[in-house]
Amino acid sequence: MHPSARRATSLVVLVILLALAFVASLVFGSRWLGPGAVWHAITADNGSDADVIVRSLRAPRSVVAVLIGLCLGVAGALMQGHTRNALAEPGIFGVSSGAAFAVVLGLQVGLVESVASTVWVALVGALIATYGVQRLASRGSGASPVGLALTGAAVAAMLGAFTSAIVLLDNNTLDGYRFWAVGSVSGRGLDVAVQVLPFAVIGLTLAAFNARDLDLLSLGDDVAAGLGLSIRRARLVGLVAIGLLTAAGVAACGPIGFLGLLGGHLARQVFGARNTWLIPAAGVIGAIALLLADLIGRLVGGAGEVQAGVILGVVGAPLFVLVVRRRAVVL
Amino acid sequence: MKSRTVVLSLVFAALAVGIALLSLSIGTSKVPVGDVVEVLLGGGRRGQRLIVLELRLPRVATGLLVGIAFAVSGALLQTLSRNALASPDVVGVNSGASAGAVAVIVLAGTGGGNISGFAGKVGIPLAAILGGLLATVIVGVLSIQRGQVDGGKVVLIGVGIAAAANSLVAWMLVIGDVNDAGRAAAWLAGSLNARAWSDAVPVLIAVVVLLPVAILFNRDLSAMVLGDDVASSLGVRVARIRLLLLIVATLLAAMATAGAGPIAFVALVAPQVALRLTRMERPPLVTTALLGAVFVVLADLVARNGLGWLHVGPYELPVGVITAAAGAPYLLHLIGRQQRGR
Repeated sequence: MHPSARRATSLVVLVILLALAFVASLVFGSRWLGPGAVWHAITADNGSDADVIVRSLRAPRSVVAVLIGLCLGVAGALMQGHTRNALAEPGIFGVSSGAAFAVVLGLQVGLVESVASTVWVALVGALIATYGVQRLASRGSGASPVGLALTGAAVAAMLGAFTSAIVLLDNNTLDGYRFWAVGSVSGRGLDVAVQVLPFAVIGLTLAAFNARDLDLLSLGDDVAAGLGLSIRRARLVGLVAIGLLTAAGVAACGPIGFLGLLGGHLARQVFGARNTWLIPAAGVIGAIALLLADLIGRLVGGAGEVQAGVILGVVGAPLFVLVVRRRAVVL
Repeated sequence: MKSRTVVLSLVFAALAVGIALLSLSIGTSKVPVGDVVEVLLGGGRRGQRLIVLELRLPRVATGLLVGIAFAVSGALLQTLSRNALASPDVVGVNSGASAGAVAVIVLAGTGGGNISGFAGKVGIPLAAILGGLLATVIVGVLSIQRGQVDGGKVVLIGVGIAAAANSLVAWMLVIGDVNDAGRAAAWLAGSLNARAWSDAVPVLIAVVVLLPVAILFNRDLSAMVLGDDVASSLGVRVARIRLLLLIVATLLAAMATAGAGPIAFVALVAPQVALRLTRMERPPLVTTALLGAVFVVLADLVARNGLGWLHVGPYELPVGVITAAAGAPYLLHLIGRQQRGR
């Protein structure tokens, strides 16, 4: 098959898988509801138990999982492209740490009371951290890919230090923080999705524009500049997209940056290094992964569910390792 | 070795000794540096001997050794994987060790914030070593393919294993009692608080045995930086040496983590700073080791006394908080200077 036909087929298959995972997320849970019951809840809601479960519990968290999975998967692929570093993911880039620090600070001064009310605070923290990394990385002649990755790692480490200093001196803050830090979509309603939606939409749009530039950048800065690309602008657009997408993702669901690594690398194995294919595929894979992680967490946990962040690590990581082992990584 | 590297190494060695002496001197009860030297040479008054030899020396020694171990581990991993982000923090060793230690703290915890005698004394370091080694073995077994080890793949597989271990840690923190979670968080930040000789000696053995092994292959490492093909044609047995040095790097990190917890950033930043200061092609091992020792001991001095100096109270911060908070701006400064220079 022609390479682009093969890629198109793979992308269609992924989208179908996403649809199936979404349906499964509505059907399965601590109580099984048949497809008929789910359909009834969506089309003819009359307030029965099943309708309430689907409309107010399962549908919102599934929507959040798809949206955030999309954001973090795309952000991961963008990050790996811009830093040309296979290890790049939101956690290593300062964004998650910025959000975490803001959440801890918010809990400490009483600005937020519960995990569910942290969205705005986390969003602000993540955006400030991204802006800081971007400013630091564009000093002088601009960062090399290695410089960019190290800048992100340094900022992350520094914010992480402040976070643990606060958490260690105050048990109450730790008590709230640990539930945020594990990463979950549980209890996230549609209001959370609406809050982060503008950031997600702008981020995804910028990512779409950035994909082609990233293909040029991957030829090397000199070649890209020779082909008429403004390297500075391409980097900036990419960084803004990464910042908005991860900020949205981390604010809504906590630091589940591994999703970015997983989506980016799985997509790279199937679609190769062409960013115009790789980036959307990484998003779809991220969405599937988060939906399934949440679903598995609900099923294995029984009454108290296991957070999606835990499942992503315990189940997603071995899968990631399996994929990485099979082929050489080309960035 | 270039003369710049030699001079820097001597400077760092002198700094390590000087700061260690200062650290033995400064504290809630101050012992003048002259008296510290006298005590170390076998003299001094009884009270001073107790403070310096029993209370402070094990802590300072553990700090020096852990600094060396983390820094060398980071230098080896970054060189072998050709990735500036590679360090035991990200490739699974520290995460595995953390999962082991947190399991003991949380699952064997009494809820009152302390652990029943035996498990507390022996359990945490031992569980940390076992966890670190288990993660290493898993990463190692998965990385060997047809007798070959790809440095880049080791790092990525390590990241996967680290993610799994980290999510287990996050989960144990959530299900545990909040006081146990606090204890675990303190351990996870990396602390030299109340270290005894039983903490220092295992790290000492690891450094004494493994550091010479790494230095023995210094030339081969220089050749491998030029690429596997070049190194092979120079007669370097690339695959075998890479595997050996990866084992050395992970063992050093596992032992250091067992001694002081996963102190953040030392393994990442010490090689990068040494690299930029010496202007070499790769992090020089000895300079990096000495810089790591300086870094940790100095950070611990600040962690132990910093809040007291600021009159905040008698609290101690974990050393890992200081290494990250102070090391990161310095790395940023160095990157900035490099960018302006280009």
